Amino acid sequence: MTVEAASLKAVPRARAPKRSQRSLPAGVGLHAALVVASLIAVFPVFWVLVTSFKPDAKAVETTPKLLNDSSLDNYGRILAGEKGDFLAWFGNSVLIALMTTVLAVFLSATTGYAASRFRFPGKRSLMLSFLVVQMFPFAVLIVPLYNILLALGLQGTSLGLVLVYCTTAVPFCTYMLKGYFDTIPTDIDEAGRVDGLSPFGVFWRLVLPLARPGLAVTAFYAFLTAWGEVAFASAFLSAADESKTLAVGLQVFVQQNRTEWGHLAAASILVAIPAIVVFYLVQRFLVTGLSSGAVKG
Amino acid sequence: MRRFLDRHWYAYAMVLPVVVVIAVLVLFPLAQGVFFTFTNINEGNIANPILDRPATYVSVGLDNYLNILSGDASYGAFWGTLVRTLIWTFGCVFFHYTIGLGLALLLNREVRGRAVYRVLLILPWAVPAFISAFAWKYMFNAQYGIINQVLRFFGLPDPVWLGQSDWALVAVMIVNTWLGVPFMMVALLGGLQSIPGDLYEAAEVDGATAWQRFRNVTLPGLRSVSSTVVLLGIIWTFNMFAIIYLITGPNPNTRILVTYAFERFFSGASRDFAVASTYGVLILSVLLVFAGVYRRALRKQGEVW
Repeated sequence: MTVEAASLKAVPRARAPKRSQRSLPAGVGLHAALVVASLIAVFPVFWVLVTSFKPDAKAVETTPKLLNDSSLDNYGRILAGEKGDFLAWFGNSVLIALMTTVLAVFLSATTGYAASRFRFPGKRSLMLSFLVVQMFPFAVLIVPLYNILLALGLQGTSLGLVLVYCTTAVPFCTYMLKGYFDTIPTDIDEAGRVDGLSPFGVFWRLVLPLARPGLAVTAFYAFLTAWGEVAFASAFLSAADESKTLAVGLQVFVQQNRTEWGHLAAASILVAIPAIVVFYLVQRFLVTGLSSGAVKG
Repeated sequence: MRRFLDRHWYAYAMVLPVVVVIAVLVLFPLAQGVFFTFTNINEGNIANPILDRPATYVSVGLDNYLNILSGDASYGAFWGTLVRTLIWTFGCVFFHYTIGLGLALLLNREVRGRAVYRVLLILPWAVPAFISAFAWKYMFNAQYGIINQVLRFFGLPDPVWLGQSDWALVAVMIVNTWLGVPFMMVALLGGLQSIPGDLYEAAEVDGATAWQRFRNVTLPGLRSVSSTVVLLGIIWTFNMFAIIYLITGPNPNTRILVTYAFERFFSGASRDFAVASTYGVLILSVLLVFAGVYRRALRKQGEVW
């Protein structure tokens, strides 16, 4: 993996001030700022976690306590399906999010690679059109999209929703991956070609393995796009309870039971767990993966 | 023609799937959406294959545009909503960028526990937006929400955050800022790490103060990253629908162009697809004009984008 080490070295790191050089007040101030910011970042999630153990009646008291009659009761009821077919929603969401992730990563990797390595007529307008696609408020495309999915026989299916999510995720992911591929030296491609690989072979066997950080970030972004989307899922999936995704299912749950915060919190935690697991797996790649894309944009 | 294909065959094969998907699921619907803006299409006159009913909507020319651009309140008070959308967008992106840059600068130093801070600070990005919306809606509740409890404890005024006042807009801007800072922070952190350390050393040798180093080394070094993420941030925030809709619902005090289009689309018996589409086209036009101006401004500074 000497190549990988070399390509990482290509991005020189900024010289960080040494800890010893910093005065004590400056160090305290630095940590204080970071601690406060971290608390603000984490607190809402923490508060939902605390609430998820409380009975509904205790979740709305006017002097909230950290623990109050707390138990795993809410989780038990939700998993048992007392509040709607939670497990079915969960399964649908997992399926749709994973399909979106795989398809979006594949599509944006091939497109990003082509845009990074080849000069072909139409490349510029393709990249510009990706920017414009980001601009369109998708909420108002729903009627035409509905008609098209109906015509393609995809209305009400997971695949239809996956394709729609890809149109949201792929443009941004392509930009990001193109930037990432740009940081991988083209010598590698040439060496591969000399060894008799086709351009597809070079892409698949040499470049993709080197682009893992970029791919990880792309996957993270695509997964979150699909996992948290509300508007399309409510418009395109059939009204049957067992075909809903979590975002749609919980939505109904809030509107009907406005005050059941304890149950909602427990459900929220269950929804957030997979996203946080994915996040934890890719977080060490986030900085390198995202930034090279944004730098070269 | 043969030579052309021989040369570009690989590139087109790799790009083709995306082009097909985008063309079918974005460009074609877009064209249809633009066509709808010149009609009076709604739930009652659209073709309905289930009821086997043909379409009966008719062309109305530019009426939708004229009605909306007149600023009529029954068409969403366009100009007022546009101003609110701009306040929302630039307010949010300003805080995203400044807070994100501040945190990125802190995290770029050698500080004990940097990895832990980084994970904690990125967390809001990992939580699905609709979950964050629930969490903040709960925390903003006027009676039992934790935010007002704390404000009361310190003897500060505790407003009804999500009611019919401008506090609602402040509340959703706070939530969106919380949500958007991690992306900016991560992108800018990467940008900071790509600035060569020699530049800082040279500046220090020349006797530049910390502020001068920031002005003359850090900011120019970040320019290309900044210009990209700010543009994306503006586009995304301008079109941010989920947070506002899930937290305040159809509240006129937090109405932006996108949420109004969606209201027009979903709520109400009529389901006015024509007006919703017209709003969509207007939103796209505003963003296109903005992107053009932005690009020209960057080009003047010698940026290649």
